[in-house]
Amino acid sequence: MIADIGYLTLLTAFFCAVYAVVAAAYGARSGDDRWVRSARNALIATFPLLLLAAGLVITALLTGDFSIAYVSQVSSRGMPTYLKVTALWGGQAGSLLFWNVLLSAFTAAAMLSKWRQQKELMPYVIIVSGMTQVFFLLVSTFLEDPFTRNLVIPADGNGLNPLLRHPGMIIHPPMLYLGFVGFTIPFSFAMAALMSNQMSDNWIHTTRRWTLVAWLFLGLGLILGGRWAYDVLGWGGYWGWDPVENASFMPWLAGTAFLHSVMIQEKMRMFKMWNMFLVVLTYCLVILGTFVVRSGVISSVHAFAQSAIGPFFFGFIVIMFTFSAYWITKRRDSLRSENALASYLSREAAFLYNNFLIIAILGVVFLFTYYPILSELFTGEKGFVGPPVYERALAPLFAALVLLMGVAPLTMWYRTSIQRLGRAVLWPAVGSTAFVVVLFILGVRLWPALLGFWLVSFSAVLTILEFTKGTRARMRKGESPWTAFTTLMARNRRRYGGYWIHMGVLIMAFGIVADGIYQSETQIRLQAGESITLGDFEMRFNSVSRFPGADDLLITKADVDLFKNGKLVRTLTPQIELYQRTGQPMTIPSARSTITEDFYVILVNWEPTTADAATFRIFLNPLINWIWTGGLVFVMGTLIAAWPEREKVPVRARRPAAAVAGD
Amino acid sequence: MTKLRKKSHFRWLFLALLLALLPAAVYAQAEPITDDEVNEVAQDVYCPVCESTPLDVCPTAACADWRELIRTKLSEGQSRDEILEYFARQYGDGVLANPPRRGASLVILWILPLLLVLVGLLLFSRLLRGLRRPTAAAPPPRPKSTTGDPALDDYISRVEKEVDE
Repeated sequence: MIADIGYLTLLTAFFCAVYAVVAAAYGARSGDDRWVRSARNALIATFPLLLLAAGLVITALLTGDFSIAYVSQVSSRGMPTYLKVTALWGGQAGSLLFWNVLLSAFTAAAMLSKWRQQKELMPYVIIVSGMTQVFFLLVSTFLEDPFTRNLVIPADGNGLNPLLRHPGMIIHPPMLYLGFVGFTIPFSFAMAALMSNQMSDNWIHTTRRWTLVAWLFLGLGLILGGRWAYDVLGWGGYWGWDPVENASFMPWLAGTAFLHSVMIQEKMRMFKMWNMFLVVLTYCLVILGTFVVRSGVISSVHAFAQSAIGPFFFGFIVIMFTFSAYWITKRRDSLRSENALASYLSREAAFLYNNFLIIAILGVVFLFTYYPILSELFTGEKGFVGPPVYERALAPLFAALVLLMGVAPLTMWYRTSIQRLGRAVLWPAVGSTAFVVVLFILGVRLWPALLGFWLVSFSAVLTILEFTKGTRARMRKGESPWTAFTTLMARNRRRYGGYWIHMGVLIMAFGIVADGIYQSETQIRLQAGESITLGDFEMRFNSVSRFPGADDLLITKADVDLFKNGKLVRTLTPQIELYQRTGQPMTIPSARSTITEDFYVILVNWEPTTADAATFRIFLNPLINWIWTGGLVFVMGTLIAAWPEREKVPVRARRPAAAVAGD
Repeated sequence: MTKLRKKSHFRWLFLALLLALLPAAVYAQAEPITDDEVNEVAQDVYCPVCESTPLDVCPTAACADWRELIRTKLSEGQSRDEILEYFARQYGDGVLANPPRRGASLVILWILPLLLVLVGLLLFSRLLRGLRRPTAAAPPPRPKSTTGDPALDDYISRVEKEVDE
């Protein structure tokens, strides 16, 4: 019953989307507004339809309707209710449906909020976003139908993949998907601008906030994914250059380049072609990312996402890329820069260097990620590129980017003199050098660490100075420091939001350098009562217990005492969770986490036959909490930058009232 | 020349001595190979089945066997490089985190990126030079004059103007 209604709903949504594309194309051609309006309504209608379909899947999951194949794949009777709901994105078909829901939500919201202002672009926006929706509905309806029935109804389902039964993994996929889906909107508007030959910066202004929000969600998804890896995967790290991680990192990089380079177009009317290219690149990387995540084309820890939908995705990417390339070429004359670059030392040049570095990083990540495929293609032997190679290749590029992050805001549009720049960086350079000298005296001796800390602190000082400069300028006019500081940010959200984002990234970078270079680890087999020392810490192994957990879980829990400088600070309980039905073990670490370091312990092995001995792996991760803290600052900065500014008119209208209140 | 020969004599002597002592050394080896020493090698190996999971953290039984193999080889006195080379020969270069510089990896991971970087730099410099040549007839817009004080940059003057409003 549910399956029938669900499939019918999906099918209706699919035909709505197809109709929307066709009607919008006809409307744009004939100039008949009624067709465009009808197309809009059809595209908006996909949202409630898809919401209903998703609701039906959730209902089936909650009621344990194992006649539906998807339900029996990703859920089981014993699973807690919240996991039954989140199982919607715990497997292939459900994820794609969820993708569809989010995409229709985004397009509906864009239609409704921009309909009046962007009348000329709208038919084309409907065509492009509608094409994306049609493609994903095609996959959902005909290839990965979540309502497919089981031939034999099982008594119970397989249960959700253990890796996904973690709070981090519950919100991480929706964040990534929101980011992925969000980039469809700027892409649609960019294409619409090309197709309607409305080559002003209109599409950039219209989609700026959409781009920022998509970028925020993607960034948030990446950070949450890192946190999840750290908390659940039990290897002491947070980022492993896994193909699936890279697949989401690459569109984020392209989006970052785009967010920076559009500022040149707005300010100097340059690089229009380049910005178009970046939008197309981001979009293609989003589709490619979904494809990699969902198809398992490159085997990875996320291999649970494997299926045979690859060729369809690949075909769609080729179609959309050709489509974009055609329109960019066709409009190349109106995409010329209106101005010339005046100097290599200017804000616009700095943005250009930024783009060069980001694209270089993107290129390296792309090449390394797809190396297994390339290698297999040319030699028949599957190759592999591990994290050390990534780190070696990318470290200098990231270092240059950090330096640029600090210096670029000092440059001015059009032209900056070298003397001016020199004066501005002199004292911050002296200050950060002094800081590094102190670190050296304190025992930091490895040159990559010293260089990394110098770069990060130098850029951080310069960024902080941007805040103080602006605040002091306002204070000169008699504002209190706090008012000056907050008004500065409220009035220039984009600029200061951007600086907060830079600060967040720099805080993360500090943690990444520290942890990357000074992480220490050891693995040892301990008898009950024995201790192991690592750094200032001593860990004593007390006991192990084994007991059944929820559902089919068998938990093996070790109990260890952690001493710092001889004083008991915490009892830690690393565990191994075994999902007996699938036989899949999970090593859940336990950590004592402070702002200076994490003591992170994993129970590697314990056999009931030797009950009083167990093997542990211990990591000492310095400054790893800086990464999460930096992530929070990053999110806050993006929110500041994306926060809607009051429209010009209401601000003016409000002013007399404020003046009265002031009296 | 004589010096060299002398050295090699020494070497032979040393080797003979070592060979004589070898059985004793094996028995006398009080220090077993630690897990840390095994992990030091294992972290750069990826078994072909559990891709993207380094050998030192992989929980599967097959990977545990590989770790024992590393332990055995280490106890036989093999070096890290020798063991990595052994795995590459047995299972292909794809099991190593650092792909050795030969064959496909040499072309795809070294020559190709270097070429790309060169082409990129060339294009980039040409772009920069091209941009410096004025493309439009109109002269580029000069930013509005600042307060005249070079220490105040454009946005500070804007901030001040804003406060004056």
